[in-house]
Amino acid sequence: MTFLSYLINGISLGSVYAIIALGYTMVYGIAKMLNFAHGDVIMVGAYISFCSTSYLGLSPLLSVVLAVIVCTVLGIVIEGLAYKPLRQAPALAVLITAIGVSYFLQNAALLIWGSSSKTFSSVVGDWSVKLFDGQLNITGVTIVTVLACVVIMAGLTLFTNKTRVGTAMRAVSEDKGAAQLMGISVNRTISITFAIGSGLAAIAGVLLCSAYPMLMPTTGSMPGIKAFTAAVFGGIGSIPGAMVGGILLGIIEIFAKAYISTQLSDAIVFAVLIIVLLVKPDGLLGKHVSEKV
Amino acid sequence: MKKVLSLLLAAAMCTSVLAGCGNSAGDTADTSSDNGAESTAAAFKIGGTGPLTGDAAIYGNAVKNGAQIAVDEINAEGGIQIEWNMEDDENDPEKAVSAYNNLKDWGMQLSLGSVTSKPGEATATENYADRIFALTPSASSTAVTEGKDNVFQMCFTDPNQGTASADYIADNQLGTKIAVIYKNDDVYSSGIFEKFQAEADAKGLNIVSVTTFTSSSATDFSVQLSEAKSAGADLVFLPIYYQPASLILQQAKSMDYAPKFFGVDGMDGILTLEGFDTSLAEGVMLLTPFNADATDEKTQSFVTKYKEQFGETPNQFAADAYDCIYAYKAAIEASGATPDMSAEELCDLMIQTFPTLTFDGLTGEGATWDATGAVSKDPKGMVIENGVYVGM
Repeated sequence: MTFLSYLINGISLGSVYAIIALGYTMVYGIAKMLNFAHGDVIMVGAYISFCSTSYLGLSPLLSVVLAVIVCTVLGIVIEGLAYKPLRQAPALAVLITAIGVSYFLQNAALLIWGSSSKTFSSVVGDWSVKLFDGQLNITGVTIVTVLACVVIMAGLTLFTNKTRVGTAMRAVSEDKGAAQLMGISVNRTISITFAIGSGLAAIAGVLLCSAYPMLMPTTGSMPGIKAFTAAVFGGIGSIPGAMVGGILLGIIEIFAKAYISTQLSDAIVFAVLIIVLLVKPDGLLGKHVSEKV
Repeated sequence: MKKVLSLLLAAAMCTSVLAGCGNSAGDTADTSSDNGAESTAAAFKIGGTGPLTGDAAIYGNAVKNGAQIAVDEINAEGGIQIEWNMEDDENDPEKAVSAYNNLKDWGMQLSLGSVTSKPGEATATENYADRIFALTPSASSTAVTEGKDNVFQMCFTDPNQGTASADYIADNQLGTKIAVIYKNDDVYSSGIFEKFQAEADAKGLNIVSVTTFTSSSATDFSVQLSEAKSAGADLVFLPIYYQPASLILQQAKSMDYAPKFFGVDGMDGILTLEGFDTSLAEGVMLLTPFNADATDEKTQSFVTKYKEQFGETPNQFAADAYDCIYAYKAAIEASGATPDMSAEELCDLMIQTFPTLTFDGLTGEGATWDATGAVSKDPKGMVIENGVYVGM
């Protein structure tokens, strides 16, 4: 029974990682850049939701919608101002810009919302499902996060495979130059990718803070890094991979803590990551793309 | 491209305006001390660094405000004059050193060191090298004072807190089976834990579960709590800061686990956390040297002034800072130091004077220092009832 409850805790933590990793992997897969500011867009989303419920008195659902809208706009603005001018620049320049944007967002949040941490009240509410005479306790946030994760993953997979914009995205991801020759606006496609990724970040932020209700300007950075790890683990660029990677990472982390040592849990998580990458360099579900000369 | 450029310029303008705000605040502080023209020449310059922004800002601002009240009181008396200047270190050792250097350029003669332990270790090394005396209100790790003859503490050292907590739990028989959750990448938390464990063994306390977390895993505590629960712990000792503690309380509640929780001074601040449901903290115990509800005249007057000026109840960091300034006053009076002395001369005087002082402050009567810089005074046990601290 304790095994089951650890498993559920692992899935709960993992689904939060997964939902963040989906945004990471989506942007990486299409724009071929690591958006390190993703974790901070999550933080902004959570703050927007927090403010609109506590100060404006909006309903939780409405606050999530508002957070998604704000983050989508923020994503487009960030992409337009910081990344678009660097489209032809080396990947390293873009990477460093992303780190810069991340610091910018953290410090802007520090100015706007102050430094003292805030306790986020769960948008999902305080219910939970008890099984086996209360021995097993699944919180509402866990259920909603896992469901949201599956829905988003399925939605994204359908979107990229079935719609025109999605097809354009895959084309851009495979070969920007050729896509442009085929009449696809590369800039617009990448902007849309960022818009979707940032909208997802808002949902991830709200769910992250509902599960672990501590909100401060650095809230997004550590889960952001863990989610990035999850995305690499699952195969960066692969949408189902992000979900699998996230959930596995959460489960490994909790099991390592529970059965080996709380002191060594991070070391174990990263050791597993290294082993996986040694055996499968493209991650669990990543596709190997050989460089053509 | 032009658009980007103009936006950048606009952004630069914004930051310069904001920077202007910061400057003007500093300017007003300067002019206020310039009011008494001779006072600038005859004032002791006391500086300190602390997190005024960032996730530990609650401590830095408390120290800044608490010290300000003491400085205002002392300056109003007319005798010794003090100029007080606090620089932001964002709880980051590197930023603390550059903040310290700013203070040195400003002409700091005596120092309040840093508010938190990690930056405190960094600035204490500088204090030692530059021979500027430091009395830190709240940087409690032993490494802050270790090997430095001119760095003293107003708060308990971490080991002292650990020992005192174990004694308190044993003497008052608060728990039979004890679990500990501590943060093993933080010198503050692990320092307290080590001494707690040593003293608990000596006192025959039964520690049934010891689990840890780090900065990167400070979100999910389900495993640590399940382990404590399945080991049957009826008291969980939390030598950690209040942010992770608030998550622990919330997660313990969601798994229907209700042991007694026992914290140390880092737990102070949990009640002022915005949006925090204080009913979760009901019954949480903590050892802290300061109680804002104490009825003695000194505490009452401090609390009233603090509430008037800053609109909130002072925590123990504010009280520690207030005591630091008064301890300096006592030491200056005892040693006959004058403001025209260099930092180095003052440093030697203070090193001689502090171990001879017996100081009555808000955070304890009859506090004394030994030559290593550690303070000895009695901690008070508090328990949270109906959202306020009550003495145990």
